[in-house]
Amino acid sequence: MAARVSGVNPKKFHKSQLKFYVFLIPFALFMVLPIVFIINHAFKPLDELYAFPPRFFVYKPTFENFTNLLELANASGIPLSRYVFNSLVVTAAVVFLSVLISTMAGFVLSKKVFKGKFTIFEINNAALMFVPIAVMIPRFLTISFLGMDDTFFAHILPLLAMPVGLFLVKQFIDQIPDSLIEAAVIDGAGDFKIYWKIILPLIKPAIATAAILAFQAVWNNLETSTLFITSENMRTLAFYMNTLVANTNVVVGQGMAAVASLIMFVPNLVLFIILQSMVMNTMSHSGLK
Amino acid sequence: MQKNKKNPYLFLLPYLLLFSLFIVIPIMMAIYLSFTNFNTIERPDFIGFLNYINLLTQDEIFMQYVLPNTVLFALIVGPGGYILSFFLAWCLAQLTKVPRMILALIFYSPSMTQGVAMAVVWTVLFSGNQAGYVNSLLMRWGIITEPIIFLQDSRFIMLIMIIVALWSSMGVGFLAMLAGVLNVDETLYEAGAIDGIRNRMQELIYITIPSMKPQMLFGAVMAIVNTFATGIIGVQLTGSNPTPNYAGQLIVNHIEDYGFIRFEMGYAAALSVVLLLIIYLFSYISKKLFSEA
Repeated sequence: MAARVSGVNPKKFHKSQLKFYVFLIPFALFMVLPIVFIINHAFKPLDELYAFPPRFFVYKPTFENFTNLLELANASGIPLSRYVFNSLVVTAAVVFLSVLISTMAGFVLSKKVFKGKFTIFEINNAALMFVPIAVMIPRFLTISFLGMDDTFFAHILPLLAMPVGLFLVKQFIDQIPDSLIEAAVIDGAGDFKIYWKIILPLIKPAIATAAILAFQAVWNNLETSTLFITSENMRTLAFYMNTLVANTNVVVGQGMAAVASLIMFVPNLVLFIILQSMVMNTMSHSGLK
Repeated sequence: MQKNKKNPYLFLLPYLLLFSLFIVIPIMMAIYLSFTNFNTIERPDFIGFLNYINLLTQDEIFMQYVLPNTVLFALIVGPGGYILSFFLAWCLAQLTKVPRMILALIFYSPSMTQGVAMAVVWTVLFSGNQAGYVNSLLMRWGIITEPIIFLQDSRFIMLIMIIVALWSSMGVGFLAMLAGVLNVDETLYEAGAIDGIRNRMQELIYITIPSMKPQMLFGAVMAIVNTFATGIIGVQLTGSNPTPNYAGQLIVNHIEDYGFIRFEMGYAAALSVVLLLIIYLFSYISKKLFSEA
Protein backbone atom coordinates (compact mmCIF):
# COMPACT_ATOMS: atom_id res chain seq x y z
CA MET A 1 0.00 0.00 0.00
CA ALA A 2 1.67 3.18 -1.18
CA ALA A 3 -1.00 5.57 0.04
CA ARG A 4 0.49 8.78 1.40
CA VAL A 5 1.01 8.98 5.12
CA SER A 6 0.91 12.74 5.23
CA GLY A 7 -1.81 14.33 7.26
CA VAL A 8 -0.98 17.86 6.12
CA ASN A 9 -4.06 19.98 5.54
CA PRO A 10 -6.52 17.09 5.95
CA LYS A 11 -10.08 17.46 4.72
CA LYS A 12 -11.70 15.61 7.57
CA PHE A 13 -11.05 14.29 11.03
CA HIS A 14 -9.08 11.08 11.47
CA LYS A 15 -8.03 9.42 14.71
CA SER A 16 -4.35 9.89 13.85
CA GLN A 17 -4.92 13.61 14.45
CA LEU A 18 -5.84 12.94 18.08
CA LYS A 19 -2.25 12.95 19.29
CA PHE A 20 -1.85 16.50 18.02
CA TYR A 21 -4.95 17.60 19.91
CA VAL A 22 -3.63 15.96 23.05
CA PHE A 23 -0.61 18.24 22.88
CA LEU A 24 -2.10 21.35 21.27
CA ILE A 25 -5.20 21.85 23.41
CA PRO A 26 -3.48 21.96 26.82
CA PHE A 27 -0.81 24.18 25.32
CA ALA A 28 -3.41 26.50 23.81
CA LEU A 29 -5.18 26.70 27.17
CA PHE A 30 -1.92 27.73 28.79
CA MET A 31 -1.30 30.35 26.10
CA VAL A 32 -4.76 31.83 26.32
CA LEU A 33 -4.76 31.98 30.12
CA PRO A 34 -3.27 35.49 30.46
CA ILE A 35 -5.76 36.83 27.94
CA VAL A 36 -8.72 35.19 29.68
CA PHE A 37 -7.34 36.58 32.92
CA ILE A 38 -7.18 40.15 31.67
CA ILE A 39 -10.76 39.96 30.42
CA ASN A 40 -11.96 38.60 33.75
CA HIS A 41 -9.90 41.06 35.74
CA ALA A 42 -11.30 44.03 33.84
CA PHE A 43 -14.84 43.15 34.92
CA LYS A 44 -14.12 42.35 38.57
CA PRO A 45 -15.80 44.50 41.22
CA LEU A 46 -13.63 45.90 43.99
CA ASP A 47 -14.22 43.12 46.52
CA GLU A 48 -13.17 40.46 44.00
CA LEU A 49 -9.99 42.39 43.15
CA TYR A 50 -9.20 42.33 46.88
CA ALA A 51 -10.32 38.76 47.35
CA PHE A 52 -8.09 36.40 49.27
CA PRO A 53 -7.24 33.82 48.10
CA PRO A 54 -7.26 35.55 44.71
CA ARG A 55 -9.84 34.34 42.23
CA PHE A 56 -9.08 33.87 38.58
CA PHE A 57 -12.59 34.16 37.18
CA VAL A 58 -15.03 36.98 37.76
CA TYR A 59 -18.24 36.09 39.65
CA LYS A 60 -20.26 39.30 39.53
CA PRO A 61 -19.09 41.20 36.45
CA THR A 62 -19.44 44.99 36.55
CA PHE A 63 -18.44 47.99 34.45
CA GLU A 64 -17.11 49.74 37.56
CA ASN A 65 -13.51 49.68 36.32
CA PHE A 66 -14.49 51.20 32.99
CA THR A 67 -16.29 54.12 34.62
CA ASN A 68 -13.44 54.57 37.12
CA LEU A 69 -10.97 54.78 34.26
CA LEU A 70 -13.08 57.39 32.48
CA GLU A 71 -13.43 59.47 35.64
CA LEU A 72 -9.72 59.31 36.40
CA ALA A 73 -8.88 60.41 32.88
CA ASN A 74 -11.32 63.30 33.00
CA ALA A 75 -10.03 64.41 36.37
CA SER A 76 -6.45 64.63 35.09
CA GLY A 77 -6.97 67.75 32.97
CA ILE A 78 -6.68 66.21 29.55
CA PRO A 79 -9.83 64.30 28.60
CA LEU A 80 -9.49 60.74 27.45
CA SER A 81 -11.07 61.73 24.15
CA ARG A 82 -7.96 63.79 23.36
CA TYR A 83 -5.71 60.70 23.57
CA VAL A 84 -8.24 58.68 21.59
CA PHE A 85 -8.36 61.40 18.94
CA ASN A 86 -4.55 61.54 18.70
CA SER A 87 -4.33 57.78 18.42
CA LEU A 88 -7.00 57.61 15.74
CA VAL A 89 -5.38 60.32 13.63
CA VAL A 90 -1.92 58.83 13.94
CA THR A 91 -3.10 55.26 13.35
CA ALA A 92 -5.21 56.13 10.32
CA ALA A 93 -2.40 58.17 8.77
CA VAL A 94 0.26 55.53 9.35
CA VAL A 95 -1.84 52.63 8.09
CA PHE A 96 -2.98 54.47 4.96
CA LEU A 97 0.34 56.08 4.04
CA SER A 98 2.49 53.07 4.83
CA VAL A 99 0.29 50.83 2.66
CA LEU A 100 0.40 53.43 -0.10
CA ILE A 101 4.18 53.79 -0.18
CA SER A 102 4.83 50.05 0.24
CA THR A 103 2.52 49.09 -2.61
CA MET A 104 3.97 51.80 -4.87
CA ALA A 105 7.51 50.66 -4.14
CA GLY A 106 6.53 46.99 -4.30
CA PHE A 107 4.96 47.45 -7.72
CA VAL A 108 8.06 48.86 -9.38
CA LEU A 109 10.44 46.56 -7.52
CA SER A 110 8.47 43.59 -8.78
CA LYS A 111 7.36 44.56 -12.26
CA LYS A 112 9.74 47.20 -13.61
CA VAL A 113 13.25 46.97 -14.95
CA PHE A 114 15.56 49.72 -13.78
CA LYS A 115 18.99 50.32 -12.40
CA GLY A 116 19.59 49.55 -8.75
CA LYS A 117 16.43 47.46 -8.39
CA PHE A 118 18.08 44.37 -6.92
CA THR A 119 20.33 46.39 -4.65
CA ILE A 120 17.34 48.25 -3.23
CA PHE A 121 15.47 45.03 -2.58
CA GLU A 122 18.53 43.45 -1.00
CA ILE A 123 18.97 46.44 1.31
CA ASN A 124 15.32 46.21 2.26
CA ASN A 125 15.74 42.50 3.01
CA ALA A 126 18.69 43.28 5.24
CA ALA A 127 16.53 45.87 7.00
CA LEU A 128 13.95 43.19 7.85
CA MET A 129 16.01 42.57 10.94
CA PHE A 130 16.05 46.25 11.84
CA VAL A 131 15.05 46.84 15.44
CA PRO A 132 14.03 50.51 15.84
CA ILE A 133 14.84 50.57 19.52
CA ALA A 134 18.50 49.92 18.73
CA VAL A 135 18.81 53.35 17.15
CA MET A 136 16.39 55.31 19.30
CA ILE A 137 19.02 57.95 20.03
CA PRO A 138 19.91 58.87 16.42
CA ARG A 139 16.21 58.77 15.56
CA PHE A 140 15.55 61.18 18.37
CA LEU A 141 18.33 63.45 17.06
CA THR A 142 16.97 63.23 13.50
CA ILE A 143 13.51 64.23 14.66
CA SER A 144 14.77 67.23 16.61
CA PHE A 145 17.07 68.22 13.74
CA LEU A 146 14.07 68.26 11.39
CA GLY A 147 12.15 70.31 13.95
CA MET A 148 9.36 67.76 14.02
CA ASP A 149 9.32 67.12 17.73
CA ASP A 150 5.98 67.65 19.38
CA THR A 151 4.03 67.43 16.12
CA PHE A 152 1.96 64.71 14.52
CA PHE A 153 4.77 64.22 11.99
CA ALA A 154 6.95 62.82 14.77
CA HIS A 155 4.29 60.19 15.43
CA ILE A 156 3.69 59.33 11.80
CA LEU A 157 6.81 59.64 9.65
CA PRO A 158 9.21 57.34 11.54
CA LEU A 159 6.79 54.42 11.25
CA LEU A 160 5.95 54.67 7.57
CA ALA A 161 8.83 52.78 6.00
CA MET A 162 8.15 49.18 7.04
CA PRO A 163 10.63 46.72 5.51
CA VAL A 164 8.39 43.73 6.32
CA GLY A 165 5.40 45.38 4.66
CA LEU A 166 7.30 46.16 1.48
CA PHE A 167 8.80 42.68 1.42
CA LEU A 168 5.43 40.91 1.70
CA VAL A 169 3.77 43.21 -0.85
CA LYS A 170 6.59 42.76 -3.36
CA GLN A 171 6.55 38.97 -3.00
CA PHE A 172 2.80 39.00 -3.55
CA ILE A 173 2.99 41.17 -6.66
CA ASP A 174 5.64 38.79 -8.07
CA GLN A 175 2.96 36.18 -8.72
CA ILE A 176 0.76 38.47 -10.82
CA PRO A 177 1.41 37.38 -14.43
CA ASP A 178 3.43 39.84 -16.50
CA SER A 179 1.11 39.24 -19.43
CA LEU A 180 -1.65 41.09 -17.60
CA ILE A 181 0.51 44.18 -17.39
CA GLU A 182 1.71 43.85 -20.99
CA ALA A 183 -1.90 43.69 -22.16
CA ALA A 184 -2.64 46.89 -20.25
CA VAL A 185 0.38 48.58 -21.80
CA ILE A 186 -0.87 47.66 -25.28
CA ASP A 187 -4.21 49.19 -24.37
CA GLY A 188 -2.31 52.39 -23.64
CA ALA A 189 -2.33 52.35 -19.85
CA GLY A 190 0.44 54.29 -18.12
CA ASP A 191 2.29 53.20 -14.99
CA PHE A 192 -0.03 55.03 -12.63
CA LYS A 193 -3.08 53.54 -14.27
CA ILE A 194 -1.59 50.04 -14.12
CA TYR A 195 -0.76 50.52 -10.44
CA TRP A 196 -4.20 51.85 -9.59
CA LYS A 197 -6.45 49.73 -11.82
CA ILE A 198 -4.62 46.39 -12.06
CA ILE A 199 -2.12 45.93 -9.26
CA LEU A 200 -4.06 47.34 -6.32
CA PRO A 201 -7.28 45.36 -6.92
CA LEU A 202 -5.28 42.14 -7.33
CA ILE A 203 -3.20 42.43 -4.17
CA LYS A 204 -5.96 42.99 -1.61
CA PRO A 205 -4.64 40.20 0.66
CA ALA A 206 -1.17 41.77 0.72
CA ILE A 207 -2.70 45.19 1.38
CA ALA A 208 -4.69 43.76 4.27
CA THR A 209 -1.55 42.18 5.71
CA ALA A 210 0.58 45.31 5.35
CA ALA A 211 -2.25 47.29 6.93
CA ILE A 212 -2.57 44.96 9.90
CA LEU A 213 1.19 44.98 10.52
CA ALA A 214 1.24 48.78 10.30
CA PHE A 215 -1.73 48.94 12.64
CA GLN A 216 -0.02 46.76 15.23
CA ALA A 217 3.16 48.80 15.00
CA VAL A 218 1.46 52.16 15.43
CA TRP A 219 -1.42 51.35 17.79
CA ASN A 220 0.90 49.93 20.45
CA ASN A 221 3.72 52.38 19.80
CA LEU A 222 5.20 54.07 22.84
CA GLU A 223 8.51 55.20 21.41
CA THR A 224 7.21 58.25 19.56
CA SER A 225 5.15 59.54 22.50
CA THR A 226 7.94 58.99 24.99
CA LEU A 227 10.87 60.35 23.00
CA PHE A 228 9.61 62.79 20.39
CA ILE A 229 6.69 64.43 22.15
CA THR A 230 6.90 66.83 25.06
CA SER A 231 3.37 68.20 25.46
CA GLU A 232 0.98 65.90 27.23
CA ASN A 233 -1.92 66.65 24.89
CA MET A 234 0.00 65.42 21.84
CA ARG A 235 0.54 61.94 23.25
CA THR A 236 -1.34 58.82 22.24
CA LEU A 237 -3.70 56.43 23.95
CA ALA A 238 -1.01 53.74 24.11
CA PHE A 239 1.19 56.10 26.09
CA TYR A 240 -1.59 57.14 28.44
CA MET A 241 -2.65 53.55 29.06
CA ASN A 242 0.94 52.58 29.69
CA THR A 243 1.54 55.30 32.28
CA LEU A 244 -1.70 54.27 33.91
CA VAL A 245 -0.55 50.66 34.04
CA ALA A 246 2.95 51.58 35.20
CA ASN A 247 1.70 53.81 38.03
CA THR A 248 -0.77 51.42 39.56
CA ASN A 249 0.37 49.49 42.54
CA VAL A 250 -2.88 49.71 44.44
CA VAL A 251 -5.50 47.05 44.01
CA VAL A 252 -8.15 49.49 42.78
CA GLY A 253 -5.78 50.48 40.00
CA GLN A 254 -5.41 46.88 38.84
CA GLY A 255 -8.95 46.77 37.57
CA MET A 256 -8.46 49.97 35.60
CA ALA A 257 -5.11 48.79 34.29
CA ALA A 258 -6.77 45.60 33.10
CA VAL A 259 -9.40 47.68 31.32
CA ALA A 260 -6.63 49.74 29.74
CA SER A 261 -4.87 46.62 28.46
CA LEU A 262 -8.12 45.29 27.13
CA ILE A 263 -8.82 48.52 25.25
CA MET A 264 -5.38 48.33 23.63
CA PHE A 265 -5.68 44.65 22.78
CA VAL A 266 -9.22 44.24 21.46
CA PRO A 267 -8.88 46.36 18.27
CA ASN A 268 -5.84 44.29 17.27
CA LEU A 269 -7.70 41.05 17.83
CA VAL A 270 -10.85 42.10 15.98
CA LEU A 271 -8.89 43.38 13.00
CA PHE A 272 -6.89 40.19 12.79
CA ILE A 273 -9.97 37.96 13.00
CA ILE A 274 -11.61 39.90 10.16
CA LEU A 275 -8.54 39.82 7.95
CA GLN A 276 -7.00 36.48 8.93
CA SER A 277 -7.71 34.58 5.71
CA MET A 278 -6.12 37.40 3.67
CA VAL A 279 -3.10 37.40 6.00
CA MET A 280 -2.62 33.65 5.60
CA ASN A 281 -2.90 34.00 1.84
CA THR A 282 -0.12 36.62 1.84
CA MET A 283 2.06 34.56 4.14
CA SER A 284 2.24 31.75 1.57
CA HIS A 285 4.40 34.11 -0.46
CA SER A 286 6.62 35.17 2.40
CA GLY A 287 9.62 32.99 1.53
CA LEU A 288 13.00 34.67 1.95
CA LYS A 289 15.71 33.30 -0.31
CA MET B 1 7.63 48.55 -22.59
CA GLN B 2 8.37 51.67 -20.58
CA LYS B 3 7.48 55.03 -21.89
CA ASN B 4 8.95 56.87 -19.01
CA LYS B 5 12.28 55.75 -17.59
CA LYS B 6 11.91 57.94 -14.52
CA ASN B 7 8.65 56.43 -13.35
CA PRO B 8 10.11 53.58 -11.28
CA TYR B 9 12.11 56.05 -9.23
CA LEU B 10 9.06 58.24 -8.74
CA PHE B 11 7.15 55.29 -7.33
CA LEU B 12 10.04 54.39 -5.08
CA LEU B 13 10.80 57.91 -3.92
CA PRO B 14 8.47 58.21 -0.90
CA TYR B 15 9.47 54.82 0.48
CA LEU B 16 13.17 55.35 -0.11
CA LEU B 17 13.10 58.82 1.38
CA LEU B 18 11.50 57.67 4.63
CA PHE B 19 13.54 54.48 4.68
CA SER B 20 16.76 56.51 4.44
CA LEU B 21 15.65 59.15 6.89
CA PHE B 22 14.52 56.85 9.69
CA ILE B 23 16.45 53.63 9.13
CA VAL B 24 19.65 54.20 7.12
CA ILE B 25 20.66 57.61 8.46
CA PRO B 26 20.04 56.67 12.13
CA ILE B 27 22.21 53.59 11.68
CA MET B 28 25.00 55.67 10.12
CA MET B 29 24.62 58.31 12.82
CA ALA B 30 24.88 55.63 15.49
CA ILE B 31 28.13 54.45 13.92
CA TYR B 32 29.49 58.00 13.73
CA LEU B 33 28.41 58.96 17.27
CA SER B 34 29.93 55.80 18.66
CA PHE B 35 33.35 57.32 17.94
CA THR B 36 32.55 60.54 19.75
CA ASN B 37 31.90 61.96 23.15
CA PHE B 38 28.47 63.55 22.98
CA ASN B 39 26.26 64.89 25.76
CA THR B 40 23.52 66.38 23.48
CA ILE B 41 24.41 69.96 24.49
CA GLU B 42 27.93 70.47 23.20
CA ARG B 43 29.10 69.39 19.77
CA PRO B 44 30.19 65.77 19.58
CA ASP B 45 33.98 65.54 19.75
CA PHE B 46 35.88 62.74 18.12
CA ILE B 47 37.56 60.32 20.48
CA GLY B 48 38.33 57.34 18.23
CA PHE B 49 37.74 53.91 19.69
CA LEU B 50 37.64 55.13 23.28
CA ASN B 51 33.95 54.24 23.76
CA TYR B 52 34.57 50.72 22.56
CA ILE B 53 37.71 50.39 24.68
CA ASN B 54 35.77 51.61 27.71
CA LEU B 55 32.99 49.21 26.87
CA LEU B 56 35.38 46.27 26.87
CA THR B 57 37.60 47.27 29.77
CA GLN B 58 35.78 49.71 32.07
CA ASP B 59 32.09 48.88 31.98
CA GLU B 60 31.88 46.18 34.60
CA ILE B 61 28.10 46.18 34.57
CA PHE B 62 28.08 45.53 30.85
CA MET B 63 30.53 42.64 31.07
CA GLN B 64 29.20 41.17 34.28
CA TYR B 65 25.46 41.48 33.76
CA VAL B 66 24.28 43.04 30.50
CA LEU B 67 26.20 40.95 28.00
CA PRO B 68 25.64 37.56 29.67
CA ASN B 69 21.96 38.43 30.22
CA THR B 70 21.52 39.45 26.60
CA VAL B 71 23.22 36.34 25.29
CA LEU B 72 21.25 34.04 27.60
CA PHE B 73 17.95 35.75 26.78
CA ALA B 74 18.66 35.78 23.04
CA LEU B 75 19.81 32.16 22.92
CA ILE B 76 16.74 30.86 24.74
CA VAL B 77 14.07 33.16 23.33
CA GLY B 78 15.46 33.30 19.78
CA PRO B 79 15.99 29.64 18.86
CA GLY B 80 13.50 28.52 21.53
CA GLY B 81 10.70 30.70 20.24
CA TYR B 82 11.60 29.80 16.71
CA ILE B 83 11.55 26.03 17.23
CA LEU B 84 8.33 26.36 19.19
CA SER B 85 6.75 28.40 16.37
CA PHE B 86 7.79 25.89 13.76
CA PHE B 87 6.69 22.90 15.79
CA LEU B 88 3.30 24.45 16.56
CA ALA B 89 2.85 25.44 12.91
CA TRP B 90 3.64 21.90 11.82
CA CYS B 91 1.25 20.35 14.37
CA LEU B 92 -1.50 22.76 13.36
CA ALA B 93 -1.05 21.84 9.72
CA GLN B 94 -2.02 18.25 10.59
CA LEU B 95 -5.49 19.36 11.73
CA THR B 96 -8.66 20.17 9.83
CA LYS B 97 -9.37 23.75 8.87
CA VAL B 98 -11.67 25.07 11.61
CA PRO B 99 -9.80 23.84 14.70
CA ARG B 100 -6.56 24.88 13.02
CA MET B 101 -7.84 28.42 12.58
CA ILE B 102 -9.03 28.71 16.16
CA LEU B 103 -5.81 27.34 17.64
CA ALA B 104 -3.66 29.50 15.33
CA LEU B 105 -5.54 32.55 16.53
CA ILE B 106 -4.91 31.59 20.15
CA PHE B 107 -1.19 31.12 19.54
CA TYR B 108 -0.88 34.31 17.54
CA SER B 109 -2.87 36.63 19.79
CA PRO B 110 -0.21 37.06 22.54
CA SER B 111 2.15 38.54 19.95
CA MET B 112 -0.42 41.24 19.24
CA THR B 113 -0.15 42.44 22.80
CA GLN B 114 3.46 43.49 22.19
CA GLY B 115 4.44 43.15 25.82
CA VAL B 116 3.48 46.65 26.82
CA ALA B 117 -0.25 46.41 27.33
CA MET B 118 0.11 43.02 28.93
CA ALA B 119 2.72 44.07 31.49
CA VAL B 120 -0.18 44.49 33.90
CA VAL B 121 -1.17 40.84 33.58
CA TRP B 122 2.25 39.69 34.56
CA THR B 123 2.68 42.20 37.35
CA VAL B 124 -0.62 41.07 38.85
CA LEU B 125 -0.02 37.35 38.32
CA PHE B 126 3.48 37.49 39.76
CA SER B 127 2.62 40.04 42.42
CA GLY B 128 4.95 39.75 45.40
CA ASN B 129 2.50 39.29 48.28
CA GLN B 130 0.44 36.28 49.20
CA ALA B 131 -2.50 37.64 47.18
CA GLY B 132 -0.44 37.28 44.00
CA TYR B 133 -1.85 34.52 41.84
CA VAL B 134 1.32 32.51 41.34
CA ASN B 135 2.32 32.87 44.99
CA SER B 136 -1.14 31.88 46.15
CA LEU B 137 -1.13 28.82 43.92
CA LEU B 138 2.36 27.69 44.93
CA MET B 139 1.48 28.16 48.60
CA ARG B 140 -1.73 26.18 48.26
CA TRP B 141 0.20 23.35 46.67
CA GLY B 142 2.68 23.52 49.50
CA ILE B 143 5.67 24.21 47.26
CA ILE B 144 6.57 27.40 49.10
CA THR B 145 5.62 28.67 52.53
CA GLU B 146 6.49 32.35 52.16
CA PRO B 147 5.41 34.49 49.22
CA ILE B 148 8.23 35.24 46.77
CA ILE B 149 8.69 38.81 45.56
CA PHE B 150 9.09 37.52 42.02
CA LEU B 151 9.53 40.78 40.13
CA GLN B 152 12.15 42.23 42.47
CA ASP B 153 14.03 39.00 43.12
CA SER B 154 17.11 38.73 40.96
CA ARG B 155 16.80 34.94 40.87
CA PHE B 156 13.46 35.05 39.09
CA ILE B 157 13.43 38.14 36.88
CA MET B 158 15.23 36.54 33.98
CA LEU B 159 13.08 33.41 34.13
CA ILE B 160 9.88 35.46 34.07
CA MET B 161 11.19 37.61 31.20
CA ILE B 162 11.94 34.47 29.20
CA ILE B 163 8.48 33.01 29.88
CA VAL B 164 6.76 36.24 28.83
CA ALA B 165 8.92 36.56 25.71
CA LEU B 166 8.30 32.95 24.68
CA TRP B 167 4.61 33.37 25.33
CA SER B 168 4.44 36.23 22.84
CA SER B 169 6.86 34.80 20.29
CA MET B 170 4.34 33.26 17.86
CA GLY B 171 4.10 36.26 15.56
CA VAL B 172 4.36 36.91 11.86
CA GLY B 173 7.08 34.28 11.49
CA PHE B 174 4.76 31.66 12.97
CA LEU B 175 2.01 32.57 10.47
CA ALA B 176 4.52 32.45 7.61
CA MET B 177 5.71 29.00 8.63
CA LEU B 178 2.14 27.75 9.04
CA ALA B 179 1.38 28.93 5.51
CA GLY B 180 4.65 27.34 4.41
CA VAL B 181 3.78 23.89 5.79
CA LEU B 182 0.33 24.06 4.23
CA ASN B 183 1.71 25.01 0.84
CA VAL B 184 4.15 22.16 0.39
CA ASP B 185 3.31 20.45 -2.89
CA GLU B 186 1.02 17.44 -2.17
CA THR B 187 2.60 15.36 -4.91
CA LEU B 188 5.92 15.48 -3.07
CA TYR B 189 4.33 13.58 -0.19
CA GLU B 190 2.88 11.02 -2.60
CA ALA B 191 6.27 10.57 -4.26
CA GLY B 192 7.82 10.31 -0.82
CA ALA B 193 5.39 7.58 0.22
CA ILE B 194 6.35 5.56 -2.87
CA ASP B 195 10.03 6.08 -2.06
CA GLY B 196 9.50 4.52 1.34
CA ILE B 197 8.72 7.34 3.74
CA ARG B 198 6.70 5.69 6.47
CA ASN B 199 5.90 8.22 9.14
CA ARG B 200 5.33 11.90 9.80
CA MET B 201 8.77 12.35 11.31
CA GLN B 202 10.52 11.24 8.13
CA GLU B 203 8.15 13.35 6.10
CA LEU B 204 9.01 16.36 8.20
CA ILE B 205 12.75 15.92 7.79
CA TYR B 206 12.95 14.82 4.15
CA ILE B 207 10.07 16.71 2.55
CA THR B 208 8.47 19.45 4.65
CA ILE B 209 11.56 21.28 5.91
CA PRO B 210 13.51 21.19 2.61
CA SER B 211 10.46 22.45 0.69
CA MET B 212 9.80 25.40 2.95
CA LYS B 213 13.30 26.71 3.55
CA PRO B 214 12.41 30.24 2.37
CA GLN B 215 9.61 30.47 4.94
CA MET B 216 11.93 28.99 7.55
CA LEU B 217 14.42 31.77 6.88
CA PHE B 218 11.75 34.45 7.00
CA GLY B 219 10.53 32.97 10.28
CA ALA B 220 14.08 32.97 11.64
CA VAL B 221 14.61 36.64 10.80
CA MET B 222 11.28 37.52 12.43
CA ALA B 223 12.24 35.50 15.52
CA ILE B 224 15.49 37.46 15.85
CA VAL B 225 13.71 40.80 15.52
CA ASN B 226 11.09 39.74 18.03
CA THR B 227 13.73 38.62 20.51
CA PHE B 228 15.57 41.91 20.52
CA ALA B 229 12.45 44.05 20.33
CA THR B 230 10.96 42.40 23.43
CA GLY B 231 14.20 43.04 25.32
CA ILE B 232 12.64 45.99 27.13
CA ILE B 233 10.17 43.87 29.11
CA GLY B 234 12.58 43.55 32.02
CA VAL B 235 12.19 47.24 32.76
CA GLN B 236 8.44 47.10 32.23
CA LEU B 237 8.00 44.19 34.60
CA THR B 238 10.19 45.47 37.39
CA GLY B 239 9.23 49.09 36.86
CA SER B 240 12.77 50.42 37.07
CA ASN B 241 15.83 50.95 34.92
CA PRO B 242 18.30 49.56 35.91
CA THR B 243 16.43 46.44 36.94
CA PRO B 244 17.02 45.15 40.51
CA ASN B 245 20.66 44.00 40.78
CA TYR B 246 20.85 44.27 36.99
CA ALA B 247 19.31 40.80 36.87
CA GLY B 248 17.01 41.60 33.95
CA GLN B 249 19.24 44.20 32.33
CA LEU B 250 19.57 43.63 28.58
CA ILE B 251 21.56 45.66 26.11
CA VAL B 252 18.53 47.73 25.04
CA ASN B 253 17.97 48.79 28.64
CA HIS B 254 21.64 49.64 28.97
CA ILE B 255 21.36 51.87 25.88
CA GLU B 256 18.38 53.65 27.36
CA ASP B 257 20.16 53.99 30.69
CA TYR B 258 23.21 55.69 29.13
CA GLY B 259 21.34 57.62 26.43
CA PHE B 260 18.30 59.01 28.20
CA ILE B 261 19.16 58.81 31.86
CA ARG B 262 22.88 59.72 31.87
CA PHE B 263 22.90 61.53 28.49
CA GLU B 264 26.13 59.90 27.37
CA MET B 265 24.96 59.62 23.81
CA GLY B 266 28.33 58.66 22.32
CA TYR B 267 28.69 55.72 24.65
CA ALA B 268 25.05 54.71 24.12
CA ALA B 269 25.65 54.84 20.36
CA ALA B 270 28.59 52.45 20.73
CA LEU B 271 26.23 50.09 22.59
CA SER B 272 23.70 50.41 19.74
CA VAL B 273 26.38 49.44 17.23
CA VAL B 274 27.26 46.40 19.31
CA LEU B 275 23.57 45.45 19.42
CA LEU B 276 23.21 45.84 15.64
CA LEU B 277 26.28 43.64 15.18
CA ILE B 278 24.82 40.96 17.44
CA ILE B 279 21.54 41.03 15.47
CA TYR B 280 23.47 40.87 12.22
CA LEU B 281 25.48 37.90 13.47
CA PHE B 282 22.28 36.01 14.34
CA SER B 283 20.78 36.70 10.91
CA TYR B 284 23.99 35.66 9.23
CA ILE B 285 23.91 32.32 11.02
CA SER B 286 20.27 31.72 10.08
CA LYS B 287 20.99 32.60 6.44
CA LYS B 288 23.80 30.05 6.42
CA LEU B 289 21.40 27.48 7.83
CA PHE B 290 18.43 28.03 5.55
CA SER B 291 19.72 29.65 2.39
CA GLU B 292 18.89 27.69 -0.74
CA ALA B 293 22.21 28.31 -2.45
